[in-house]
Amino acid sequence: MHGSARPRKRLLRVEINGRWREDAVLDGALLVDYLRETVRLTSVKTGCDGGECGACTVLLDGVAVSACLTLAVRCEGRSVETVEGLLKQGRPSRLQQAFHERLGAQCGFCTPGMIMASEALLRRNPHPSDDEIRAALAGNLCRCTGYVKIIESVKAASEASS
Amino acid sequence: MTIVYEARTGRHGVPLIDGVDKVTGRALYTADLDRAGALVGVILRSPVAHAEIIRVDTSKARALDGVAAVLTGADCRVAYGVLPIAMNEYPLARDRVRYRGEPVAAVAAIDETTAQRALELIEIEYRELPAYFESTDARAPDAVLLHDNKPGNVEREVHHDFGDLDAGFAAADLVREHRVCCAEINHAQIEPHACLAEFDPSSGRLTVQDVSQVVYYLHLMLARCLEMDEAQIRVIKPFVGGGFGARVEVLNFEIVTAMLARAAGGKVFMQLTREETFLTHRSRPQTDVVLKLGMRKDGRFTACACEVTQRGGAYAGYGVVTILYAGALLQGIYDIPAIKYDGYRVYANLPPCGAMRGHGGVNTRFAFETLVDKMARELGLDPFAVRRANLLRAPTQTMNGLMVQSYGLAECLDAVERASGWKERFGRMPAGKALGMACSHYVSGSAKPIHFTGEPHAVIHLKLDHDGGVTALTGAADIGQGSSTMVAIAVAETLGVGLDRIRVVSSDTAITPKDNGAYSSRITFMVGNAAIAAAQNLKMLLVEAAAKKLESAPEEIVCDGGVFRVGQGGQAALSFKEVVSAALIDEGAISVKGSFTCPVEFQGGKHRGGAVGSTMGFSYAAQVVETSVDDATGQVSVDKVWVALDCGRAINPLAVAGQIEGSVWMGMGQALCEETRYLDGLAAHASFLDYRMPTIVESPAIEAFIVESKDPNGPFGAKEASEGALAGFPPALVSAIGHAIGVDLLELPATPDRLLEAIGKRRQKAAAAARKQRAAS
Repeated sequence: MHGSARPRKRLLRVEINGRWREDAVLDGALLVDYLRETVRLTSVKTGCDGGECGACTVLLDGVAVSACLTLAVRCEGRSVETVEGLLKQGRPSRLQQAFHERLGAQCGFCTPGMIMASEALLRRNPHPSDDEIRAALAGNLCRCTGYVKIIESVKAASEASS
Repeated sequence: MTIVYEARTGRHGVPLIDGVDKVTGRALYTADLDRAGALVGVILRSPVAHAEIIRVDTSKARALDGVAAVLTGADCRVAYGVLPIAMNEYPLARDRVRYRGEPVAAVAAIDETTAQRALELIEIEYRELPAYFESTDARAPDAVLLHDNKPGNVEREVHHDFGDLDAGFAAADLVREHRVCCAEINHAQIEPHACLAEFDPSSGRLTVQDVSQVVYYLHLMLARCLEMDEAQIRVIKPFVGGGFGARVEVLNFEIVTAMLARAAGGKVFMQLTREETFLTHRSRPQTDVVLKLGMRKDGRFTACACEVTQRGGAYAGYGVVTILYAGALLQGIYDIPAIKYDGYRVYANLPPCGAMRGHGGVNTRFAFETLVDKMARELGLDPFAVRRANLLRAPTQTMNGLMVQSYGLAECLDAVERASGWKERFGRMPAGKALGMACSHYVSGSAKPIHFTGEPHAVIHLKLDHDGGVTALTGAADIGQGSSTMVAIAVAETLGVGLDRIRVVSSDTAITPKDNGAYSSRITFMVGNAAIAAAQNLKMLLVEAAAKKLESAPEEIVCDGGVFRVGQGGQAALSFKEVVSAALIDEGAISVKGSFTCPVEFQGGKHRGGAVGSTMGFSYAAQVVETSVDDATGQVSVDKVWVALDCGRAINPLAVAGQIEGSVWMGMGQALCEETRYLDGLAAHASFLDYRMPTIVESPAIEAFIVESKDPNGPFGAKEASEGALAGFPPALVSAIGHAIGVDLLELPATPDRLLEAIGKRRQKAAAAARKQRAAS
């Protein structure tokens, strides 16, 4: 970055929460910075120095990924979803509502990432067991809940969908 | 007393009033705020653990294009610290650095790249001094002093002696002593530290938005270190991503960001990396405890002697309070006729320690409860029976002057004994599996605040206007524990209106009344009482207005469900909105306040340091932990936890259960895997990969029970719920490990390497005993 050559930018075309958009991004720009700084989706959190906490979890073509370990340019022509995209006419989705009602969120900082990892799980497995929930959320750290009410929240959302 | 919440039956209580913001991503934390036009602030940190600073040259950094401000220790004239008696730290080190990672200079620049390049251009020359990373080395007779006024590198010694210790030990049937060592741990809240500061050179005003748990302290320390009039400063707390004590003290980066903003004449944003957030530290110190206990055959305690050494790090911080808590909290849970306490808070060349959830009491509780368990085994007593033999009877006053007004520990014991199937299962589990239990307690706020001014302990303002909405203004910092929701419930319940009529505005020093913030679990008790008082004052105005309108006397008016009537079931009725309109006629928009003060008799003993531990109500907890231990690999897993907490009354059972689960789990992290590690003072733990917290995979089911002892002074009878259960987990687990494989672990955390070492020692001992026996025969 300290070299004299101007850093290269390219045009990124990406679908974010159902809307296509185009932005000029640096080759080395991380998806987390692009989403937070350019698109201003601040639900995508930075909790660590890279790949440790899961707070920046988003869905890339429906798969949960860490936005801090993903280059923005890798998302060309693909779909990115954040927790803002789960709202339907401004109302929380069943999963978001379950996290709210069951106290799956205390301080709320890990919550958007936790919900997106849970969303990816429920899409491929609508009725997961406790151990399947644990396996799917193994990369998402929470410091408040002890995870008890997070598991309850995901279970409640999965039961409500039956 | 009744149990009001059982995890099995689930939902009971109110979701957080700001919960929807959190699940939808609308909640804005400090790093999410609009920072258009803000400069980027960064900190240069000391590469050495202990040294004199002999030369600083910032000229090249200042000359770099895009650099707006460069600061060093020379710009920091005033020391700060959380305790008025121990302010010995500068935002940027002056003359001397005392730990690796200590801030020595700071830059504000147009972007991150420029700011980092400027840091590289700052030249600092150090003359290294001997550095000490263990309490014993720092206390050695020839050790260089970290602070010249503290001989032996001991920041504070505490010697407390209550009751007749010799008579107590003489009356015991069994006296045992053990030494335990608990590793240093960290809060590890998921949100990294961040601060956004804006200085307006025209008005001379400073606005700081920040991750603080106590905006009032930050306000005070900003005024102190920037030598500004407090009236020119505004501190705002956005959403905060967890605290656990990390953000109770004012932290160097907060003051530095504000200083950079003033130097640059504008807005500066600083976000620390996770590594820097770890280095900022202020957490639970490495603690050595030597504990001696006397017990009679029937399980009665006769005397306790306890020596605690805390490795406090390089600066005072909360240290004096932590070392006092470690002794004070030996009391207030059991009836012990004599207690002697010797505490040593030691300086070392490591990041400063501070307050962490369960402040001061956790490691002594570990030493106490595990020794009780071992002695019970030796005397053939059941661990539950020993606790029951030593219960207090409320109301009572402890030897060190602490008041116990409500006490539900007996019910907590009953609840977890029953739920865990203790009577049927304890001692009858398959090999490698076992149950263990322990008790714990914590204060509901310190009855004597750190910054003692004589003012009330909490003040709440309520505003009511033409719209009929009630806005509660509170300085109490909601950091995820749900305190704003508690305030809303207290106001709504007192007024007899729905929660949807209440708004809570928290922690903006330009708007909300001063509050001592989120520490020592004070908010529910103190702010809850202030909220009730404010709502009662507001209700009185409304009742008077209703009486006037209904041509009746105020004492005739009954208010229920937001409807005001004359007498129960009276015909003439006014809606809430009608009463509000009537009440506004004479004076317009209404503002009332309520306050709460802890009476002086609750403010602790008269001995030196007697205020620490003082509170109006202790929470009590008992828990049972079920564990599986693999003695070939040393791997410990926690299979299930049953925990009961006496929180007086659960104002919001859902939130209380969440706090119990979270605190037990945090105790589990300390017991199982969490520890900081330093290599010649270099933090080797400063990431979430190296600092191992339990993930969801290792986290067990926690079955929580709420016991309500109805505290006579608590708001609706409530006490704290966020800390009391934490300290019971480590001893319950280590006792369970002892029952599972016959090894008494004397260290925390119970990592496989420590466990294998303990297993190896036991085998060597057994082999030696066998050899001896063979030789004798």
